[in-house]
Parts: sequence; structure tokens; C-alpha cells
Amino acid sequence: MSLSLDEVKRVAHLARIRIAADEAVRFQAQLNGILSLIGEMQAVDTTGIEPMAHARDVYQRLREDAVTETDHREAFLAVAPQTEAGLYLVPKVIE
Amino acid sequence: MSNASLKQLAALLAEGRASSVELCQDYLARIERLNPRLNAFITLDPERTLLEARAADARRARGETGPLLGVPIAHKDIFCAEGWLTTCGSRMLANFVSPYDAHVIEQFKRAGMPCLGKTNMDEFAMGSSNETSYFGPVKNPWDVRAVPGGSSGGSAAAVAARLAPAATGTDTGGSIRQPAALTGITGLKPTYGLVSRYGMIAFASSLDQGGPMAPSAEDCALLMNVMAGFDARDSTSLERPPEDYTRELERPLNGLRIGLPREYFGAGLAADVARTVEAAIAEYRCLGAETVEVGLPNTRLSVPVYYVLAPAEASSNLARYDGVRYGYRASDYADLTDMYERTRAEGFGAEVKRRIMIGTYVLSHGYYDAYYLQAQKVRRLIAQDFAEAFQQCDVIMGPTTPTTAFDLGAKSADPVQMYLSDIYTIAVNLAGLPGLSIPCGFGDDGRPVGLQIIGDYFTEAKMLNVAHQYQLATDWHTRTPEGI
Repeated sequence: MSLSLDEVKRVAHLARIRIAADEAVRFQAQLNGILSLIGEMQAVDTTGIEPMAHARDVYQRLREDAVTETDHREAFLAVAPQTEAGLYLVPKVIE
Repeated sequence: MSNASLKQLAALLAEGRASSVELCQDYLARIERLNPRLNAFITLDPERTLLEARAADARRARGETGPLLGVPIAHKDIFCAEGWLTTCGSRMLANFVSPYDAHVIEQFKRAGMPCLGKTNMDEFAMGSSNETSYFGPVKNPWDVRAVPGGSSGGSAAAVAARLAPAATGTDTGGSIRQPAALTGITGLKPTYGLVSRYGMIAFASSLDQGGPMAPSAEDCALLMNVMAGFDARDSTSLERPPEDYTRELERPLNGLRIGLPREYFGAGLAADVARTVEAAIAEYRCLGAETVEVGLPNTRLSVPVYYVLAPAEASSNLARYDGVRYGYRASDYADLTDMYERTRAEGFGAEVKRRIMIGTYVLSHGYYDAYYLQAQKVRRLIAQDFAEAFQQCDVIMGPTTPTTAFDLGAKSADPVQMYLSDIYTIAVNLAGLPGLSIPCGFGDDGRPVGLQIIGDYFTEAKMLNVAHQYQLATDWHTRTPEGI
């Protein structure tokens, strides 16, 4: 399995990473190298094997439906790139 | 004093022969003198360190007597620490001053251990050489032409050069054990779930685990007593009664059964590393242990499986860096998508981009079963190998890495070659097992060699015992680089 240049550009877009044309060529070679390494596990017969999602069998704990967090609004807004009136600012998305 | 163990430093403080402020000043002076050569630290804030040291001294003056009260420590820059710049080795977080403490940081504060600084690391913990850091590579104190390993390379170099008596690290595929081996120190990756991931910047959540790095196993046991513990804010934190990780240190090793996986001693292992590790195993036989050959037949699949699962989890975890709530934002953009794309193009380095793109690809429509699901199935086969091996032995031993530290730049052009250097460490993360690396000698090039000790789930106290008994009989862990 190897990626075409167009596929590399599509994946970069899905990942929201802008890549220049010359970068795409470099990434294509490197990503295909990694995919060929990954290819080694694809031939393994895994019929009847349960997928292992986690290192230990874990379950989600339940907790009381109660407020446990205190208000950190100011501290969290203080590290944001752009804020106004207690809100995060982003470029306009709705006309 | 710089080569003192944590126990010795704690005794100095308890007997009133030194204050925490004095200890911190000594280490800060060593850092000032040696860090420019090594680049082990990203952030230093001596005023804040001394403030924490004064607080520790005040606690002692009020009659407190915690076992490590006042002993300083360095933290990998992956741990959020309130008021400290917390960069994760990335331009993306180069301006991020954490508004809160990780659970691990809370634990060390509670123990009264001042932070000497934040250590350098591969960007978002993705790397095996510390060369992917936005803040430049760390140099190996044993030979500045060599890498210190990664991703916890700054912590490893800081401890190896005794710029700190101990440091924290994190290990997703070997990131504590491999740099520990390459710099001649002791590093423990605990059983998955023992150390909380809350506030530990996420790379691959089903594999990430924090752990201690220090000269000796005894030091690591003392640090585990501080670090480990249940934390409800990490959904995979394990609810277990607290343990004293030092409780088994003094037990003799008579009758210990050591499993030697044949796959860890085959092709690809450098002759000098093989010789050094075999000498360490011979020492264990002298200490009363028996050895038995075991098989871990799926070892070779661990690297391919890891490079599906870890990038898949990373692509999801790193989606949060979008230039909106914290960290870097590009200065010029046309619209929202453009802002995301430019922010992430400028904020992430090449290795992080590669892994995000691999992860995005293997999770994308039509490829999920062939890559992600298949990798999870092979992951189970790898975990089953260990379960079978532990029927025959108490611990597994082998080399931590196939070679000693390689030269800076030697593998940075070829990601796959870099990935393969983690062949002996990755399977342990996939299985969720604890793994330990201890120094056991030097290769032909004079660079350190690490012996890896792999234990069954929750056998850290036993593994530390096994390591400590070796360190009572040998002095590799007390050796320090020349000029340091």
C-alpha cells in the first residue's frame, strides 16, 4: 500500500496541516517508508483474536452527578491567543 | 555531594547538615555551569525553585519529616506545572504557562520536593534521540557527539550529569528506558495505570505512562512512593491500595528465575551490547538467580503495531492544538480552516506532522479495519507472548537497546531506522507491563549499556529489588562522565 502525492495532500488537509508542494514530495517518501514498515503486521493471521484497545482491562468509573470543578475561566482565558469579553475569538465562520 | 543518592540527600536534610535552599543552590550552580554544553533544560526559574526550597525548609522547621522533603527534582517538560512554562518541546506550546498542576506535580509538591527546572524532550515525546525538540537537541554527557536518547533525553542527561539528583520521565514506547540506557542511569516505566496521566500532555493515551529516572533503583523506589497513586481525573488510573516500593529492596535473589527471550539476543543486537548484557546476567547467576530461555515470538511485530496505534491516538490527541484556546496561532490567515492549517503547519515540527498524518490515514474511511483493528489484534498476540513467558520466570531480562548511543544526526534523515532502535522496549508498552533499565557497563565506544528488566503487572517492588541487589554488587550506577 503506498500513498500517491494527491493522497498525501488529502491526508494533510484532513489533519489540518498546510503543506507546500516540495514538502508533499518529501512526506510522500517518508510516509510510504513508514507504511511499508506497518505492512509487516498486515499479513498476520488474527482470525478469532479479540482486539486489545487498552493495556489493562479498564472500565469507566461512575461518579456522583455533582459539580466537582471550580471556576477557572479567567486562568484558562489568560493563555488563549485571542479573547474578548470572556470569549475565544476565531475568524468569522457564519456570514 | 553531586553524586549523593536521594537517601543520602534526605539524611543531610534530616540531620540539619544542609537546607533545601543550599541543595537547590548547589544544583542550580551545576546547571548554570554545565547546561550550556548539554541543553538538558528548556526552562529554568531559579527564583521559583528557591521559593519552593524555602517552603520545604519552613515545613521541616515546623516539624514535618517527609522522606524526601526538601530534595530537589527536575521535571520533563511534558508535565503541566502551574506558573511554569510547559512546552512539551514544541513551538506549539512555546508560550504556554500552565494554569494548573499535573497530578504527578501535585504529588511532588505534597512531598515538598522543589522543581529545579523543566527538561528538554522530543517534541510531544515523539522521538528516540531528542533531536525533534523545538529547543534543539540534548547532548549525551558521556560524549557530546552522541544523542542522549529520547524522548525523555533532557531528564536522562540532567541525571547522568548530576544536574539533578532525579527527574521525571514518560514512556510511550521506551522514552524512559531507552534514554536511561543511553546515559547510564536507572529508569522505570511502571505498569500502565499506576501513575496518573492527568496534566501529562497526551501523546498516545493507551500507552503513555510516567515514571522516575535517577542514578539507582533505590532512588527510583523512593520516587515511586511519591508518584504512584489513584487519581479520579485520569479515567485509566487504577484504584489500588498504596504500596511501599522500597519494601523488597533488601531481599536476596536466591532462586530468582530470569527469563531470557531468544528474540532479544538475535540479529540486530550489537556485539558489544550483547557481551555487556551477558556479563550482567552472569553476575545475576553469581547472586543466586537461575536463567531460562523464553520466547516472545511476536516481538518483531511490535514496531509496526506501535506505528499504527501510537500515531492513531496522537492524531486524535493533537487535534486540540488549533490556535484557539492556548499555544501558538499563525499571524496571517484568510479564514478558520486556513488558520488551523497554518497554525499547525508552523507550530508542529516534521516528526509530529508525519505521525499525525500516518494516524489520520490509518483511521480514515475504508482503512480502519486493515490498519487500526488489525494492529489491536496483533497487540493482543504480543501481550499473550509475555503472559506465557511469565509462566516460566519471575522477570525477563535483555538489552534495553540494540546499540549504544548513536551520533547526533545519524538517524534523523530516516524515520524508520530511528523507529527500529526501540525494538526491545515497545512491546512492554503495548502489553502495559512495567519495564526498568539499569546501567550495566560500557560498549566499545565508551558509551553506556542498559540492562532491561521486564516484570509482570504490578511487580515493580520485585523488579526494583532485582535491580538494587545488582547495584549492591556492582558500581556502574555510581559512574559519572568525565568532566562532570
